[in-house]
Amino acid sequence: MVLTRKKDRVDALASTSTEGMSLAASAFRRLRRSPVFLTGAVITALFVLIALFSPLLAPHDPATQIPELIKQTVRARNQFAPPQGSYLLGGDQLGRDLFSRLLVGSQQTLLVGVLATLIGLTGGLILGTLAGATAGWVDTTVMRFVDVLLSIPNLLLAVTISALFLQANQFTVIVAVAIVQIPVFARLLRGTMLAQRASDHVLAARALGVKRSGIVFRHMLPNSLGPVFVQATIVLATSIIDAAGLSFLGLGNPNDDSPEWGQMLSNAQQYITSGHADLAFWPACAIVVVALGFTLMGESARDALDPKNRR
Amino acid sequence: MSLVEVDDLKVHFPIRQGVFFDRTIGHVYAVDGVSLSIERGETYGLVGESGCGKSTLGRAMLRLVEPTAGTTTVDGTDLGSLAAEPLRRFRRRLQMIFQDPLSSLDPRQSVEALLTEGMRAHDLATDKAATARRLRELLDAVGLGANALRKYPHEFSGGQRQRIGIARALALDPDVIIADEPVSALDVSVQAQVINLLDDLQREFGLTYLVIAHDLAVVRHISDRIGVMYLGGVVEETTSEQLYREPLHPYTKALLSAIPVPDPVTEDSREQILLTGDLPSPSAPPPGCRFHTRCPWRQETRCAEERPELVEFAPGHRVACHYAKEIAAGEIVPHVVPVQDSVSSA
Amino acid sequence: MSLLEVEDLTVTFAQKGERPFTAVDKVSFTVEPGQTVGLVGESGCGKSVTSLAIMGLLPKRGNRVSGSVRFAGTELLSLSDRQLRDRRGSDLAMVFQDPLTSLNPVVTIGVQVAEVLERHEGLKRKAALAKAAELLDQVGIPDPHRRVGEYPHQLSGGMRQRALIAIALACQPKLLIADEPTTALDVTIQAQILALLRQLVAGTDTALIMITHDLGVVAGLCDEVNVLYAGRVVERGERHELFAAPRHPYTNGLLASIPRLDAPRGERLHPITGSVGDNIPWSGGCAFAPRCSNEIGVCTETAPELIDTEGRLLRCHNPVALVKGEA
Repeated sequence: MVLTRKKDRVDALASTSTEGMSLAASAFRRLRRSPVFLTGAVITALFVLIALFSPLLAPHDPATQIPELIKQTVRARNQFAPPQGSYLLGGDQLGRDLFSRLLVGSQQTLLVGVLATLIGLTGGLILGTLAGATAGWVDTTVMRFVDVLLSIPNLLLAVTISALFLQANQFTVIVAVAIVQIPVFARLLRGTMLAQRASDHVLAARALGVKRSGIVFRHMLPNSLGPVFVQATIVLATSIIDAAGLSFLGLGNPNDDSPEWGQMLSNAQQYITSGHADLAFWPACAIVVVALGFTLMGESARDALDPKNRR
Repeated sequence: MSLVEVDDLKVHFPIRQGVFFDRTIGHVYAVDGVSLSIERGETYGLVGESGCGKSTLGRAMLRLVEPTAGTTTVDGTDLGSLAAEPLRRFRRRLQMIFQDPLSSLDPRQSVEALLTEGMRAHDLATDKAATARRLRELLDAVGLGANALRKYPHEFSGGQRQRIGIARALALDPDVIIADEPVSALDVSVQAQVINLLDDLQREFGLTYLVIAHDLAVVRHISDRIGVMYLGGVVEETTSEQLYREPLHPYTKALLSAIPVPDPVTEDSREQILLTGDLPSPSAPPPGCRFHTRCPWRQETRCAEERPELVEFAPGHRVACHYAKEIAAGEIVPHVVPVQDSVSSA
Repeated sequence: MSLLEVEDLTVTFAQKGERPFTAVDKVSFTVEPGQTVGLVGESGCGKSVTSLAIMGLLPKRGNRVSGSVRFAGTELLSLSDRQLRDRRGSDLAMVFQDPLTSLNPVVTIGVQVAEVLERHEGLKRKAALAKAAELLDQVGIPDPHRRVGEYPHQLSGGMRQRALIAIALACQPKLLIADEPTTALDVTIQAQILALLRQLVAGTDTALIMITHDLGVVAGLCDEVNVLYAGRVVERGERHELFAAPRHPYTNGLLASIPRLDAPRGERLHPITGSVGDNIPWSGGCAFAPRCSNEIGVCTETAPELIDTEGRLLRCHNPVALVKGEA
């Protein structure tokens, strides 16, 4: 065994820089160098910061109709206040500051996106773990249910669910969007868990005599979560879009004192064709940019976590 | 009584097909009636080519794969009779080493977590100080430094990972270690390190090994006795020396002659028995002797109809061939085998 | 003139933001017509990269190739892609390790052989297919006329490797490079393929470069053996001489660490300590020094050159002593 000691010395020289670094940590190191990830991260960080501090950042109260703008607004003639002075984007159809509404609207959008994703993620984790850990008839039952949900188009399902609530508000939007996301997570998690079940290290744990709960929660689940969390980032984008879609269809918060991008889009709808596309343009633009930020981040994280890209 | 006794073990995997209802349309006869025994303290080598069922046999012995029929008895306990919890407890005594040390170590766990996991599962890690001492002992036994504990598997070289895998198996103080291709994923120069380590540990801890490998040279080096497998069955079993000196089964002869020896003089002079054709599919094994489709000594009678039993030819030398005696005596000579054109993969 | 003259071939992989890594470091060797040359070494020794560099098959980006590869007098490294493509398959051919991934799964075996013939020999499809069946027969594939119409997945591993060899040999290349052609195969199938390769190159002018980690394969097949370590040739010799008296501590160590079928049971192996590191440079002395049992002071100071020592090319400051009566 004297021989083997020398070997350790050799290898210790080679691997000092990443000593004790887990896989997640080394994936993150790779990510920090990725321009795509950085772009996504900057967009997302800006969005979150704006959302958090929007009441302070907004130059005007988003709910107040400003007399100066109202004067310039003749709705019958589709005439709205143009950008001027501190009103960077001009006024909306009711003479409120469009820019402030846009900033404050990010709050609702973030809230809906994050909550819907979290709820969807939780539901997906429960169903996915159940299916992935048990196999057999529990798995089959759960997966058939998931398949049924997946076979209905996203928005249609969300509309159906929010219709069940009989009233439209922010809460119903969140729940509807969350339920739509559950099957996405459940299916993904089950798939990765099944792959883990067949893996050598799970077999090794079984051979070691590790209890079943230990195998599921210490080996299969932790090794399956990476792709699920990456998916969550991407789902944040889709739930923001879905939520905006529901609001646009009038299923969102009817109270437009607290603005939300989808709702703003919905209200601006009737003016799109009459030469005032900018009312719709800005919220639509915001939605697209934010969704893009989350997607860029998620996609590059997915690539970084892919073992095939590991060098 | 031997420490490990395997009696007529069979593992048949069903081949299922169907959109709504799975229909079983056939079976893969991975292991088809294997009996063997392993004495305490010895190394039993199981050798065979891919698809011969050697790995499945190892797993079925531990009931990591449920056997279709047959029994495995370890120290008087029939593993097949154990319920889930007693089986889990019993696994402490039978540990396994895997081929690919990277994939068999959970990438998310530090070496310390990997080594203590089994100990915790069997309530062996109750005292903190004692556990720490045990971990140091283990690492020392496999030739790794204590600084390995907080590192992760991917930070080690292949040989070192295999050492971690071995330490994990040792942690539970097992009676038997089943090593499934323990060195085949390693570089040549590192293989020898691990083989020597296994040798040392056996002497130090009085371990019993079942070594499963495709490389007969490796198996012969570490085993006391060897079983040669072909298509789900053991065709010959004897001591390591005897197998090399006097192989009886035609398949063993061919296998021995097929292994390249790193010595040009030997390579130039020795006579090769080239087998024709491929290994038949284990889902449609040939009738009679499994080897008769490729056997250069095949005879007109019996070979294609009757499956030969593994019978004692000489003391401690079992062989499954109808004509072993005649072949050994040189009464039957090998002949050219026309290639049977069977599509072996589906 | 030699058929292939590789001189100071160097391949450096350089990726943005990472330390450049020299996989092949000034490798030189020659191959005569009809000769079989072995490149042996463990993973990471640069043997496969060498073969890809000769064939011009390295990825376009991320690497630098320098030195010279002359094939029958033509410098291959300066050829254009098109000129190289004309050479590959007709003059130079290659057989890879994994016969399944090197065959196109959606094209029949026959067409894959025929395509080479159409491209380089200008045969029409029908004639090419007939010739393809002939070639499959030559490499020992039974019932070749039926096999011509089958897809790779319908063949076993050994048969696929045979098909690959048929493709490689379709235009009677002057040089065949076999990169671990039997590593993915079982021993008895390996024996078949090795016998086939031996039979195909014997008595012809076709030269063979055999790339493998298995010293046993080399011992029975190659006229001349190059042992590679960390991107450099560390020892070269005629196979009988090399195996009878390995002079480089690495070659010697490799041979001592292989369990031999014909060795008596119970004999202890003598492994080389340590393992092949990821990026061992030759700049600070001999790359093998940290694992070497013959290490002396100078080994960690200057890298040894490849010099002719009593008819053996050797890159070592302190080679294994010749035992009297040997070699």
